[in-house]
Amino acid sequence: MIDIKTITRIALRAIKANKMRSSLTSLGIIIGVAAVIVMLAIGHGAQVSIQEDMKTMGSNLMIVRSGSSTSGGARGGRGSLPTMKAADGDAIQEKIAKIKLAAPVLEQVNQIIYGNANWATSTTGTDNRYFQIKDWSLDYGRNFSESDIKNAAKVTVLGQTVVTELFGDVDPFGKTVRIKGMPFTVIGVLQKRGENGMGMDQDDAVFIPITTAQKKIIGITFPDQVNMIMLQAVDGDATYTAQEDISQLLRQRHNLGINKENDFVIMNLTQMQEMMESSTQILTVLLGSIASISLLVGGIGIMNIMLVSVTERTREIGIRMAIGAKSWDIRWQFLMEAIVLSLIGGLVGIITGLIGVEIMKMFTTFTLIIAWPYVIIPFIFSGLVGILFGFYPAYKASLLNPINALRYE
Amino acid sequence: MSLIKLENIKKSYPLGDGELEILKGISLEINQGEFVAIMGPSGSGKSTLMNILGCLDQPTSGKYFLNGKEIGKLNSDELATIRNQKIGFVFQGFNLLSRTSAIENVELPMIYAGIGEAERHKKAINALKAVGLEQRMDHQPNQLSGGQQQRVAIARALVTEAPIIFADEPTGNLDTKTSVEVMELFTRFNKELGRTIILVTHEEDIAMYADRIIKVIDGEIKSDKRKQK
Repeated sequence: MIDIKTITRIALRAIKANKMRSSLTSLGIIIGVAAVIVMLAIGHGAQVSIQEDMKTMGSNLMIVRSGSSTSGGARGGRGSLPTMKAADGDAIQEKIAKIKLAAPVLEQVNQIIYGNANWATSTTGTDNRYFQIKDWSLDYGRNFSESDIKNAAKVTVLGQTVVTELFGDVDPFGKTVRIKGMPFTVIGVLQKRGENGMGMDQDDAVFIPITTAQKKIIGITFPDQVNMIMLQAVDGDATYTAQEDISQLLRQRHNLGINKENDFVIMNLTQMQEMMESSTQILTVLLGSIASISLLVGGIGIMNIMLVSVTERTREIGIRMAIGAKSWDIRWQFLMEAIVLSLIGGLVGIITGLIGVEIMKMFTTFTLIIAWPYVIIPFIFSGLVGILFGFYPAYKASLLNPINALRYE
Repeated sequence: MSLIKLENIKKSYPLGDGELEILKGISLEINQGEFVAIMGPSGSGKSTLMNILGCLDQPTSGKYFLNGKEIGKLNSDELATIRNQKIGFVFQGFNLLSRTSAIENVELPMIYAGIGEAERHKKAINALKAVGLEQRMDHQPNQLSGGQQQRVAIARALVTEAPIIFADEPTGNLDTKTSVEVMELFTRFNKELGRTIILVTHEEDIAMYADRIIKVIDGEIKSDKRKQK
């Protein structure tokens, strides 16, 4: 039995003896490994960037909206039947342990004016729980005080996009903006958030106390009306398990009889986030498997060349057998050669792949992220390809008969 | 006990519907330390006999004892071990590994014997010294003359301290002067180191170096003569 050091040296010598052929053989593996690395970097990048976008929407998130109305046979669609009250949210937060926070939301798109600049944006009436749920802090200034909410004060907290559009370089703090003709004092500016998972600019919004929105800005059809209630559950599981409790509580509060349908809709945004995450995971797997095919093709290339090499080196095999090589020694030698070829290809492939990722970062807008397991796995895979496709030629070599092999011209 | 003992060895190959019998029952004994030449015209079966003696091939029938051990029942890996430990080969076409230095060629059988690197190296240098090639250790076969290549092959046969050296037409590709050098090496290893040497040749003057000449014709031993001392 030959030691591994000697056998590796024999393999390296055979590879060096045919430099051109060896490098062309490895090329398949190089391209395969590089492709797998680049594809996994694209998939992983998409996954991470979506996860980050999702995080900005808030975690363990649920939304309760009003249901749909039916008038003369025409169904009004989601939210057309105004049923939800801010008090419903308070009750959910208070009575259902699985729900940590409930923020009322009443919103409308309005034209906002400062000096001679104006900008149409979403005016959101809510309270501080909204910022807590979204884990969104102030850049400067303050958020709503208790008396702001109680007295329906005309104060506003601005998103960064609105600040840029209305104020440019001017410091908005303490300035007065007009919403529907009413003056509001700017008391705070939120930190920049960017787009959410759906591509909406979260900074393009102004926030006012919920009471102010209800009483002064947005026409409501019954007291304490809101568009929706944003909920934060204690954990991911609770977003599923709390739904039944919320439903029961709201049916009771809305006095719905047994035969009546819900007049509200509960949406689980966590579920949506999970779906998007799993779809990017699928994307990663898909891209990775497509690239792996090229790695397999590279392996077949190695098998081809090794078969040619075994035929060409029949005489060498004969000599080795005549002076005492066992069939296992011959098999081991050719197998090692295929493995070394694949691993060299794998190493060069890693370097090529990493360079490829950097080049793609420069010339495209994709988010590419290299995760080390996604570099090591294709390398190990290339070694496995070497074993898999090196085995047959090695086996064939070991079956040669020394007399015939020695006579081979 | 004799080193090699053949009992009624037959070898035939399938040919068309029937069989072609190459060896028609050969019985033979060779003792440790002998220098034997096997002679015969081409087609006589001497190469087949050589392959069987060298454990490269197995007989169709008959018994072959090497050191008292019957060879006919061994599988190919066990034969490989016997070749490695008991036999050194020198071929007409040298059969060195190309693009491989002289010393690495000589080390080759020791690799398969599982001998460590340092010892391998030391023994290979000694063997190359014995054939007078220590200056050419790092040369590859294509940088050596025919005679030098054959001396490397002899060093390779010598290095494992195998008791038997088989030489199949060792001078067939060499000119007269280098043939003499090579044959003198064999004679020396036979006399000084006590190696058993079995030489296959069709040249009378080469066979004359041996102490015993066995003539094979049509798959049978025609004559077996010992030189008069």
